[in-house]
Amino acid sequence: MIDILYFAWVRERIGLPKERLETSASTVAELVEELRSKEERYEAAFADVSALRVAVDQELTEFDAPLEGVREVAFFPPMTGG
Amino acid sequence: MTVLVQEEPFEIGVVVENFTNAQAGMGAVVTFTGIVRDLAGGLQHMLIEHYPAMTQPALEAIEAKAVERWNLGGSLVIHRFGKLAPGEQIMMVATAAPHRNDAFAAAEYLMDYLKSRAPFWKKEITADGADWVATKDEDEKALGRWAD
Repeated sequence: MIDILYFAWVRERIGLPKERLETSASTVAELVEELRSKEERYEAAFADVSALRVAVDQELTEFDAPLEGVREVAFFPPMTGG
Repeated sequence: MTVLVQEEPFEIGVVVENFTNAQAGMGAVVTFTGIVRDLAGGLQHMLIEHYPAMTQPALEAIEAKAVERWNLGGSLVIHRFGKLAPGEQIMMVATAAPHRNDAFAAAEYLMDYLKSRAPFWKKEITADGADWVATKDEDEKALGRWAD
């Protein structure tokens, strides 16, 4: 099981901040494909992954990052701190 | 090295005084404070969302890089989240160093990185609706100047 978190407009488009999923995806990109095929709202959120950032176990990473042993994946738009 | 992620406001004067008093033998203290601006007109408030489990470690990692890179006696980052009105303080950084060049450079580095590498997202609420603040190309470009 893996926890998936969504922030900002990704959270709004999908309609929930967090969910727990059983997945066979071996990379973040595969997980994205799996989510996109779930429902229209996921497709809307993940339509353009170049507009998204991903963190795996609270560290920024790339979409080709492996998921083995990972507990938490978070998807969000580019950050706007400061 | 201190990182504070908090919802409540902070008193700039008190924070700067306490930070400065704690720096023994440092010749320079630089501080920067970010304020909520009403750019387009009609901003009611700003909502800042963050990723609680990641925010503190991400800011600490950015601060650790600054400490590695410059000769600093101390550093401080405060970043707020939640609902903020125009004119309120969003965040501040403070750096202390033996000489001003290190203090200025480290403060700018901290600012550049926490703008686009710390997990905060700003949403502006106006009478017309609400919009997520988009990143600016210049913010991403600003990171380029720190490339080794």
